[in-house]
Amino acid sequence: MIPTNAPALPPLLFLFTGLLIPLAAFKLRRLAYWLALAATAAASAVAVSNIFRVLDGGAIHYHFGGWLPPIGIEYVLDPLSAFVTSVINVIALIVLIHARRTVEADLPEGKHVPYYALVMLMMAGFNGIVVTGDFFNVYVFLEICSLALYGLVAVGDRKSPVAAFRYLVLGMIGGCFYLLGVGFLYMSSGSLNMADLKAILPVLGARPEVIVALAFMLLGFGLKMALFPLHGWLPDAYTYAPTATSSLMAPIGTKIGAYVLIRILYFVFGLGFITKTVPAATIIAWLSAAAILYGSIQAMAQDELKRMLAFSSVAQVGYIGLGIGLANAWGLVGALLHILNHGLMKACLFLVAGNFRMKLGHSRISRLDQEARRRMPWSTAAFTLAALSMIGLPPTVGFFSKWYLAWGSIRNGSWVFLAVILVSSLLNAVYFFRVVERLYLKPADRPPEAEKSGAAARVRSEVGASMLIPTLVLAAALLAAGLLNAFIVKGVLLKILPPGLAGMNP
Amino acid sequence: MNPAGVFSSLIPLWAVLASLAAVPFILLSSRRPNLREFWTLAAGLVMFGCVLSLLPAALRGQTAAAELFEVVPGVRLALRADPLGVFFALIASGLWVLTSCYSIGYMRGLKEHKQTRYFAFFAVSLSATMGIAFAANLVTFILFYEILTIATYPLVIHQETPEAIRAGRKYLAFTLSAGVLLIGAAVWTYQITGGNLDFRPGGLLAGLTLAGKTAVPLFLLFLCGVGVKSSIMPLHSWLPAAMVAPTPVSALLHAVAVVKAGVFGMIRVTAFVFGPDLLRRFGLDTVLIVITVTTILLGSLLALRQDNLKRRLAYSTISHLSYIILAAALLSGPALAAGLLHLAFHATMKITLFFCAGAVAVSLGRENVSQLNGVGRVMPWTMAAFTIGALGLSGLPPIDGFVSKWYLGAAAVGGGRPWLAGVLVLSGLLNAAYLFPIVQRAFFRRGVGLEGRREASAWMVVPLVLTALLSLGLGLYPNLFFDLARRAAAGIFGGF
Repeated sequence: MIPTNAPALPPLLFLFTGLLIPLAAFKLRRLAYWLALAATAAASAVAVSNIFRVLDGGAIHYHFGGWLPPIGIEYVLDPLSAFVTSVINVIALIVLIHARRTVEADLPEGKHVPYYALVMLMMAGFNGIVVTGDFFNVYVFLEICSLALYGLVAVGDRKSPVAAFRYLVLGMIGGCFYLLGVGFLYMSSGSLNMADLKAILPVLGARPEVIVALAFMLLGFGLKMALFPLHGWLPDAYTYAPTATSSLMAPIGTKIGAYVLIRILYFVFGLGFITKTVPAATIIAWLSAAAILYGSIQAMAQDELKRMLAFSSVAQVGYIGLGIGLANAWGLVGALLHILNHGLMKACLFLVAGNFRMKLGHSRISRLDQEARRRMPWSTAAFTLAALSMIGLPPTVGFFSKWYLAWGSIRNGSWVFLAVILVSSLLNAVYFFRVVERLYLKPADRPPEAEKSGAAARVRSEVGASMLIPTLVLAAALLAAGLLNAFIVKGVLLKILPPGLAGMNP
Repeated sequence: MNPAGVFSSLIPLWAVLASLAAVPFILLSSRRPNLREFWTLAAGLVMFGCVLSLLPAALRGQTAAAELFEVVPGVRLALRADPLGVFFALIASGLWVLTSCYSIGYMRGLKEHKQTRYFAFFAVSLSATMGIAFAANLVTFILFYEILTIATYPLVIHQETPEAIRAGRKYLAFTLSAGVLLIGAAVWTYQITGGNLDFRPGGLLAGLTLAGKTAVPLFLLFLCGVGVKSSIMPLHSWLPAAMVAPTPVSALLHAVAVVKAGVFGMIRVTAFVFGPDLLRRFGLDTVLIVITVTTILLGSLLALRQDNLKRRLAYSTISHLSYIILAAALLSGPALAAGLLHLAFHATMKITLFFCAGAVAVSLGRENVSQLNGVGRVMPWTMAAFTIGALGLSGLPPIDGFVSKWYLGAAAVGGGRPWLAGVLVLSGLLNAAYLFPIVQRAFFRRGVGLEGRREASAWMVVPLVLTALLSLGLGLYPNLFFDLARRAAAGIFGGF
């Protein structure tokens, strides 16, 4: 039964749990968290098992209500969507394990139940966008997850409603652009089904309304993905949202935008259209290069750790966009690997920021010192490892995604992009090293009692296991994914690539 | 499956893992210093033993290879103990054993803080050095090269003074930038060769038709990439700054392991990536010769002006590293063999001098040349060892420095560049000019405030006497290293 229903299972599971939580938790509030966790765990298991199923047996199509496409809505699980659902669900699971304590600390008890219900709706939206094969259905899920996200951001500290409102306005604009684009596409082709459109679009050729449709759709999801210069909502939203929200949004949210970009550009419009007919790929690549530099430079100027990570996200989204825009096989492999890589890194870094907030009561870079490291040695170590991956030092996975992106740039003869990738490594080194150096070398203002008395006992107050283990698991995953990246690339990512992409062979 | 002379063996892997495996034990026994230092010494001996067991095969010209898993499609994490790699590994691992003994005396003598961190990162650094020595391809090389960068940073900033932190920043800025350029160069090579990055004697790029506008920028990328660690001018200024590190770090890492990893990388790039023909065709060997001659002379001149003993030795290191690169740039078998000899012999001499500097700092608390008057009377063993090292660096027989310089000069003359022999003589005189005054002060001037001062502890004096005797012994019997160096050079340029 599961194989044929596999595409629809994760989004429906989350949707159902999202509705179940308020009902079930009516009597017992604590149930909300455990229901959410169970649903995410189940979805992760399904998503990961689906990867193997799809790689063995090819794409799985599920027709809703038995209506055949193009009339009915089709859910498709191909290697790309199987990969992305696995990444987002597994990371969401790890973050949710961590989230229990931070949600207890950040939110009043009465808000726990709606919070977890919204998390489930957000996950339903994310999963839905990834598995659906229908452009209008994408819009529906986009609105579901966006509405949930506005709530999840707004529930944070005092400044968060403003950040959420800004996000709401820009998100709405993005949604409208996307919907307009879909409208144009439907007007000119008469279809909303992705597979169907793929067959129709070459017949239509470069008609103005098709080009406008592409531009509007890219604009819409460029906003969702926070691709420079459409990133305006992101820094505030990440900074002021509660820890759990930012650590869910940062690794997962922008990846959905990247996924839709890849889906639209490579799997619907096709390589020829986006490189020869309109220079969409080139524009995305240049904007991404600007994003990488802009995000990195802004990140250097930030004092709040979460805000620094937010600007770093703008830069990292740039890497993914650059890989997409290079329009060759290794660029796209780099982008896909960076989706996984950045998901793991950013989740790890935001969890550490959450750990700092939990135990130190703040996450301001200028107030971090040796004392913080002495109290939280493991969180600091995880931060350092994730920082090394952000800089792109081997053997972490960050090195390898940059390797593929650099290779993709050289294949295209794009020396500027190669220079951007290499220079940004150094910029990353500057702004992460700033933090790491403080943590290890900045003497504490007030010498700890342990040193005064000369006793070896340390004032260690590391976060609890439910927060520490997810952080360390993510840090370890960075090393494992780095060393095993050839297996991931050969086993999964190369099978995702659309046929006909240049430069398949090394 | 394997080419002739290559047999598969896991010993290179064990050599790399020996000190890495010791790290958890070192960390776990942080409360029991004697046990902790036992792990360091045990790892050092195991590593040295592994390398020694590779030696007979290397002397026969055979190569032990350990192929692991793929890291990027088409490129495996692979270790290959060819004669060149064994040569470098032998020096680094052998001197690590002595340095570990010395470290114990030094760190305890100065009651340094955070000794566990120190010994742990020292072990990681050595592991990375073994990886660099045995790397079979560029990706493996870069992997260990960057690990070495990161692992030596905590050693450079060990004092945690503002000066040390500044030096650490400078160190990272230089080495990370270089790493990035090296990665760029490697990716470019990957594209040119179609996914092959294996080091090959005679050149990975040899036989490909490369235009000058590809080959020259690519070479410059590589040059900057490995040039920072080998501190060619103008990329050298991190090395004197890094002298704020504890002396054993300066002695082993900043005179042997790290800087020679850079020089070793330079040999890999010139002989195993580009190959002599390609370098000659575009005149790149001349570029390298000009840079190295400048570095040799300027380094020696700058050393004259330093009053801080360790900084003086650092500038001396800068100049001597360029001897080796100069030898590689001459692109002939005898020259490369002479360069490799200098790689080994400079290590024994310079580590002796650094050990002496550290011993003086521990027992007298003096770090400047101008404070060394009369030190030889209270620390005769130390300053005698220093004298041997100074004689050797100036190229006087019977110390080993004479042997390598002699062969290098002969190779320069034989290669049709007799003026380089003049450069060597001039720099030998400069060496004497910045080292002999120290000897003269120590033995022939009267010092003040030396009453009741003695030699440093035996943990320090024994290693430095041993390295001095090693310098002397290798000057008299250089055969083992000579055979190995000749074997390594013959793999690239043919027998001679």
